Amino acid sequence: MLRRLSLAVAGGLLLTSAVAGCGASDEAGSGGNSGGGGDDKITLGFSQVGAESGWRTANTKSVQESAASAGIDLKFSDAQGKQENQIKAIRNFITQRVDVIAFSPVVESGWGTVLKEAKDANIPVILTDRAIDDPDTTLYKTFIGSDFVEEGKKAGQWLVKEYEGKSDPVNIVELQGSPGAAPANDRKSGFAEVIKADPKFKVVASQTGQFTRTDGKAVMETFLKSQPDIDVLYAHNDDMGLGAIEAIEAAGKKPGTDIKIITVDAVKDGMTALSENKINFIVECSPLLGPQLMDLVKKAKGGETIPQRVITKETTFTPEQAKEALPSRQY
Amino acid sequence: MTNLLRHRLFWPIAVLVVLLASNLVFSNNFFSITLQDGHLYGSLIDILRRSAPLVLVALGMTLVIATGGIDLSVGSVMAISGALACLLIGDLSNPDAVGPVLLVVGAAIALCLVFGLWNGFLVAVLGIQPIIATLILMVAGRGVAQLITGGQILNVRSEPYRVIGAGYFLAVPVSFLIAAAAVALTVALTRRTALGLLLESVGGSPTASRLAGIRARRITIMVYVFAAAFAGVAGLIYSSDVSSADSNAAGNLIELNAILAVVLGGTALTGGRFSIAGSVLGAVIITTLDITAVSVGVPVETTLLFKAVVVIILCLAQSATFRAKVFGRFGPKRAEVPA
Repeated sequence: MLRRLSLAVAGGLLLTSAVAGCGASDEAGSGGNSGGGGDDKITLGFSQVGAESGWRTANTKSVQESAASAGIDLKFSDAQGKQENQIKAIRNFITQRVDVIAFSPVVESGWGTVLKEAKDANIPVILTDRAIDDPDTTLYKTFIGSDFVEEGKKAGQWLVKEYEGKSDPVNIVELQGSPGAAPANDRKSGFAEVIKADPKFKVVASQTGQFTRTDGKAVMETFLKSQPDIDVLYAHNDDMGLGAIEAIEAAGKKPGTDIKIITVDAVKDGMTALSENKINFIVECSPLLGPQLMDLVKKAKGGETIPQRVITKETTFTPEQAKEALPSRQY
Repeated sequence: MTNLLRHRLFWPIAVLVVLLASNLVFSNNFFSITLQDGHLYGSLIDILRRSAPLVLVALGMTLVIATGGIDLSVGSVMAISGALACLLIGDLSNPDAVGPVLLVVGAAIALCLVFGLWNGFLVAVLGIQPIIATLILMVAGRGVAQLITGGQILNVRSEPYRVIGAGYFLAVPVSFLIAAAAVALTVALTRRTALGLLLESVGGSPTASRLAGIRARRITIMVYVFAAAFAGVAGLIYSSDVSSADSNAAGNLIELNAILAVVLGGTALTGGRFSIAGSVLGAVIITTLDITAVSVGVPVETTLLFKAVVVIILCLAQSATFRAKVFGRFGPKRAEVPA
């Protein structure tokens, strides 16, 4: 019985992870290879993870739109959350002799062989948004994506500034992302690094909210009861922060006033709450890396040297800035 | 004393008491219940409120397991029901009117009934193994939910809908009332009528039951419909709690928690005898465990380990064989099947 159960569990996990990718992915190729370019037109093969979230959809759109406006011929392929699809797509790009290959790796490991093939074919590879775990860094030209540690630091810096000149202790609770995920680890350590300089800042409780709204609410509910005094909430993404807001309201407190809230991501829902002063500060984690990517593609094609690591251009938002940015927010 | 020790709910209750007591020692004000904005407020209330979805799913799971089956699709059904409800409410011209919202809720549950029929059909009519039959919907159902939400998180602003998961009636959480009503209904159906007996007999031996004149097929279909309906209500509570539908996270892995709750409650996975009180208790223990881990401040990296240790201790304590080996002196040797 136990074996039957564990088999089922393993199978279920495998299958759900597969399905997670192909739920709403239908726009593969809409960026299309609208043919008819001269020989000087650069061709970019781009393999996307899937369409698992609004963030990812915005990421895809950004790549497609900026390719069009940069005059780059984009061959877009959706991996539907599966590494084998992605490897197949990259092999296709190699046989089609595209000029540059870019992709967001579904997982960190197992890229050695296929990237070596690309290298042998003299096609430069650019990683976007997610890194790979391979000791051979010559397999790719550069990695463009967010710096999660920096995001944590920005959150910490705002807090330090907000409480400048006050000596009262500041009790902070933290909602972490999924345990082990890079954004969770890095956002935690970046934040901790900045606030440790001043002993008045104290993280009194730190638990995982699994990056989801429901868990954010549930954990915050418990924090509100077990911690008598909470001044600040730091949530590793907007969704957990939004869940926590509901918990704070149910406890009869005012989010943003009684408890100051800092989150990361800046998706539309989060920005709306920020503009309503329920969140005090959001550090952006931007999916809109298309323009920067196209820049790198041109440089890579031209054989220019480019840095091994390029950070996505990201900003931070206060309530006033959120009100301005909200009407044009794409995701 | 030995009688008390051998009661099949003794160990689950003991573990629950220990968990609550540890909160008394390690966290502040755990047992205080106050009135906040006209509703009850406190950690114990949280436990009641947040147990509701798991209690509902575990109820359905108990009935399915009693017939010797298993339902892995409950989490996906939860996701679908929440997704459909949020989608439809988003289209309402006036999302704050009670009538249309009730209609939407009814539609979501009706869809779940169809999924339950599908599971029952696969198991009882086509004779597919339950674990495989429901695995289909577990996988495909998540896809259906994502299709409904377009892969995004759907937000709704509807006061009547919010009441289901986050509201209060006479200061008591509505989700708790819903779960309590479901428990009462199940108990009435299975213990006040012959249905419970029929379920146990189908779980014991479908063939023998059929030969004895029980319509085993119909009963099997019925339990899957029940499980799906309860899962659908759980999905509504889950999504209404945060006024949004997240098709990836809703009900994720809840099937395993529900199976665990059933097992902790003393129902064997082989089918036959079942304990509703046990499953409810199991669900409350799991929720209390979650809340305790946070309120006591177990570090994130060790939370799962902490839960595993508690569950293992409870399972071992429930095993008569294990008890006989370790505390041989507590009772005469009995060849009892471990619960």
